[in-house]
Amino acid sequence: MMSSIDRKRIIELEDKCLKIRKDLLNFIYQIGMGHLGGELSIVEMVVALYYEYMKYDPENPKMEDRDRFILSKGHCSETLYTVFQDMGMFTMEYMVEHFETLNTARFGMHSNRKYVPAIELSAGSLGHGLPAAVGMALGARASKAPWRTIVMVGDGEMDEGTNWEAIMAAGHYKLGNLVAIVDKNQVQMTGFTAQVMNLDPLDKKIEAFGWEVIQIEDGNDMLQVCEALEELPECDPVTPRKPIFIISNTVKGKGVNFMEGNYKWHGGGIAKEQLEEALADVEKNRKVR
Amino acid sequence: MAVKTTFDFDQMLSNAKEAYGEELMKLAEEGREFLFTYSDNVAPSSSAGKIIEKYPDRCFNFGIAEPNQVGASAGMALAGHIVFAQVFGPFLPLRAADQIHTDIAYNDVNVRLIGTHSGVTAGGGPTHNDIADLALYRAIPNLTVVVPADAGQCRKVIRASMEYDGPMIIRIDRAGSPDIYAEDYEFQIGKAIELVEGKDAAIISTGSSLYECMMAAKMLKEEGISAGVLDMHTIKPLDTDAILRVAYKAGNIVTVEDHSINGGLGGAVAEVLCEAGYHGKFKRVAMPDTFSVLGDPDEIYKFYGMDRTGIAEQIRSMLR
Repeated sequence: MMSSIDRKRIIELEDKCLKIRKDLLNFIYQIGMGHLGGELSIVEMVVALYYEYMKYDPENPKMEDRDRFILSKGHCSETLYTVFQDMGMFTMEYMVEHFETLNTARFGMHSNRKYVPAIELSAGSLGHGLPAAVGMALGARASKAPWRTIVMVGDGEMDEGTNWEAIMAAGHYKLGNLVAIVDKNQVQMTGFTAQVMNLDPLDKKIEAFGWEVIQIEDGNDMLQVCEALEELPECDPVTPRKPIFIISNTVKGKGVNFMEGNYKWHGGGIAKEQLEEALADVEKNRKVR
Repeated sequence: MAVKTTFDFDQMLSNAKEAYGEELMKLAEEGREFLFTYSDNVAPSSSAGKIIEKYPDRCFNFGIAEPNQVGASAGMALAGHIVFAQVFGPFLPLRAADQIHTDIAYNDVNVRLIGTHSGVTAGGGPTHNDIADLALYRAIPNLTVVVPADAGQCRKVIRASMEYDGPMIIRIDRAGSPDIYAEDYEFQIGKAIELVEGKDAAIISTGSSLYECMMAAKMLKEEGISAGVLDMHTIKPLDTDAILRVAYKAGNIVTVEDHSINGGLGGAVAEVLCEAGYHGKFKRVAMPDTFSVLGDPDEIYKFYGMDRTGIAEQIRSMLR
């Protein structure tokens, strides 16, 4: 664990986010499809988790006592693949060569645990991550395993009723080894979440289900993300405790001006000129400390 | 088939719904490791209720929320456990279809989904009928689907599932189906059992319908008609060799199941026969393509010709 005032490390992680954003844009450009809006909004949280806070060994992604990260919004899997290639699990070239190439495919638009060992749950259909995470946390409790289950859901995804079944169960079982993170980028496929299906007040709803809520005002600010993750209590599989729900307020399409907050960038590919503009934008929009 | 069955003896009461809990308890007492998830319909006095009482740390109640229960069961399996999940059958396949498809089958986890109260055996009308499940399960890759015919077979399925790799559905009727088997026998998932050899016709059946098929064969025998009975306890993977063997031996195939006439065992057998070039007669006995009339399961079976009299009549009419 690092200290939140370790400015040097924050800057290193921010540099990592910039690299991941650039790699991701290049990857999506080459494969011609992706969900860049949501893939860009989760970068800081995913980088903070994998490079700093999770008990994780990229050389052994099936390590028994690793912390488990479930990306429930499985359509944003390309951010994870990009992180995994940066960690050395495979190369960008390999990803591009094996993306949805029928019987030689190792990567797809929606994450598959059989193809990518570092993926914990094959996902794509929404509203599956939280129930599975509740089961993982209960499973860890049953075997008194020390690892933590961390599940990330989208705010649009929270429309699915299964999330609320799982949130109720996690509160009931007082799963102190479970952390849920909502990537609250405020935009879903066809418009603003507030207009499609209002989710607020999310904090009050979650608290009413017996969870502890941690708010991140700017989930694309690495310092704030790290401060929130440092608040997490020690993982205890057995002792009943309120599960933790992190509301991470982010920007859909973060870092690319023409994508930010625009629902039209939920899914699709990018053209060469757009790639160049996007790469320049993420460089320009990098936070200066 | 050397084993003694109800074809040779009078019926003995059976209770497959109790048997799964009894066998799980036995496994637990033997020190076998598994987790058990359940819904708000397991009576504390039942055999499953007793496991919950004795092993509270490995049993989890999910209330009335089947999708969450099925999804969480997948999560437990991903955390390294074998998981038995009891769900009230009528609310398993349709309510939790996406979870069965994605969390259980696609993620390929060692969860055994025990759907109780299959077919029309729950009573209570079409909201409490489970007649579309086999059609759904047959279309989902990776699933193994087993339908025990009596309590003893249910115990064998539960035990065999501990050594089986991959997701499994265990479809159990409400309880009270009579025993089919009167003594021990070898059971293998995916391998049908020829209970009665027949020269004139063959009945292929599964689960709670099997007893009525045995009784129909007995009635026909007294009339001089030799009707065989094949226990197709595993719907997927289907024992196609056994189907073709009885088809070419006897001809005149009748399938019987407590499921919609569409997409279940009858459909599966028809596909096998058709593709193999079978030219004999074939008839499906099942719930017709309509929401069921209201009544006790036995009365419903009789109403739709799914009881021994109806089954025997189908065979007589084939032979006329």
